[in-house]
Amino acid sequence: MTALIEARNLTIHRPGSAETVLQSVDFRIDPGEIVTVVGPNGSGKSSLVRALLGHMPLAAGQVSRRPELRIGYVPQRVQLDTAIPMTVRRFLSLPRRISDHEAAAVLQRTGVPGLQRRQLTQLSGGQFQRVLLARALLHVPDLLVLDEPTQGLDQPGIVAFYKLIEDLRGQTGAAVLMVSHDLLVVMGASDRVVCLNGHVCCEGTPAHVSVDPAYRALFGAGAEGTLALYRHHHDHDHDHATVPDQGCDHDHHHHHG
Amino acid sequence: MLDDFFIRALLAGLGLAVVTGPLGSFVVWRRMAYFGDSTAHAAILGVALSLAFGMSIYVGTVAVALAMALLVSSLSSRGQSMDTILGVLAHSALAIGLVAISFVPSARADLSSYLFGDILAVGRGDLALIWTGGALVLGTLIWRWQRLVTSTLNDELAMAAGIDPRIERLVLSVALAVVVALAIRVVGSLLISALLIVPAAAARGLAPTPERMAASATAIAAASVAGGLWASLRLDTPAGPSIVAAAAVFFVLGQVFRRF
Repeated sequence: MTALIEARNLTIHRPGSAETVLQSVDFRIDPGEIVTVVGPNGSGKSSLVRALLGHMPLAAGQVSRRPELRIGYVPQRVQLDTAIPMTVRRFLSLPRRISDHEAAAVLQRTGVPGLQRRQLTQLSGGQFQRVLLARALLHVPDLLVLDEPTQGLDQPGIVAFYKLIEDLRGQTGAAVLMVSHDLLVVMGASDRVVCLNGHVCCEGTPAHVSVDPAYRALFGAGAEGTLALYRHHHDHDHDHATVPDQGCDHDHHHHHG
Repeated sequence: MLDDFFIRALLAGLGLAVVTGPLGSFVVWRRMAYFGDSTAHAAILGVALSLAFGMSIYVGTVAVALAMALLVSSLSSRGQSMDTILGVLAHSALAIGLVAISFVPSARADLSSYLFGDILAVGRGDLALIWTGGALVLGTLIWRWQRLVTSTLNDELAMAAGIDPRIERLVLSVALAVVVALAIRVVGSLLISALLIVPAAAARGLAPTPERMAASATAIAAASVAGGLWASLRLDTPAGPSIVAAAAVFFVLGQVFRRF
């Protein structure tokens, strides 16, 4: 199977300095997969996403995207500037214009029908994330990239949002690459979890990762609770673990040194 | 009643209004309110260089304004905030311009006449310049409109759509520099800065989309030009300040009838 995006030996420096954000990361995402990248703040999650999208220069390694790959992107913390008036309808037509019919249909799909005439600044956090998702779904993406899509949502909102992502994957077959710190909910929705802390600590199915010592070490006591809740909802199954434990060195600046 | 100079002033003001509506909206959206002042200050340096090298004043001011635009966009790409950059550049350009002009004794006397134009003294050549420059800038804005609005809203969303926000920022800075530099000589730095900012700010609460705000800003700018010039003719008030005062009235009305 041809990967949608494949990265080899990816190393990224913080812009304008020699400080390493990511060291020797290998990554791939296949068609139809839901892959979630988890990690503490400053672990390089967003940098990884931006490098995969080609928005960030690489210090070393390669990223190859499948030719003609269509990506729908929801960036982290879209800062809405109140200085610019913008209706939901107008926002959906940036930068490519779409018909009123398409706009209505895509808002329906993401569960926020009829918001066309609202100002973006008047939306609740959950509505705004769904509008961003609707915009990302236009032009039939092969891959949805969502960077912390549930920030600012409450727990039921987060659960509903991930349910929506799973449904959309089912309907469209689009792969999903998600960055998140919502450990619990991420577990249920993902085919594969990549645990990141400057390098890949561990990787595999949610069940595999949640029992990985590296994962537990990284997320501490909270991870235990996550595991318990995860087991409660899903059959524990080790057979689908795809990638063996690579171990985790917490001080990533010295790793692979 | 309408003397020829009055018609010319009106046409000059309307020509500016057509381009300052959309351009001024970007100034408001991107918080570049001091760009006009920075460029106006930098124009002093342009005047000094023009006189020292015996060039046309327009060539000197446009060249210096363009250099300012390049500096602004390269500095903001390095993560400085826009108001800081504009503050630094405005004062530096003014100081360097005043130092430079002290080396050109002939320029000292008529410096102010080079910088603070008079809209009632607009000639046919100035009119042609304003309408040509305005049409070029407006054409550029319309051509790149979707990209400019997208990158104004959010850099990351723009990049994901294959738009380079640095290029759009540069396009806007250059467009601003050209309009300010061309207009300073004709209508004065006060009037051009005000025509960029005040009508757009007045239109902010009246329009639900960027396009309607830009169009409203142009309508308000045009009404301010007509109202200000009419008042100046009837009440014998100074033309430029009357236009700005009219725009200020629209700004107050815009706050009262704010809907968005």
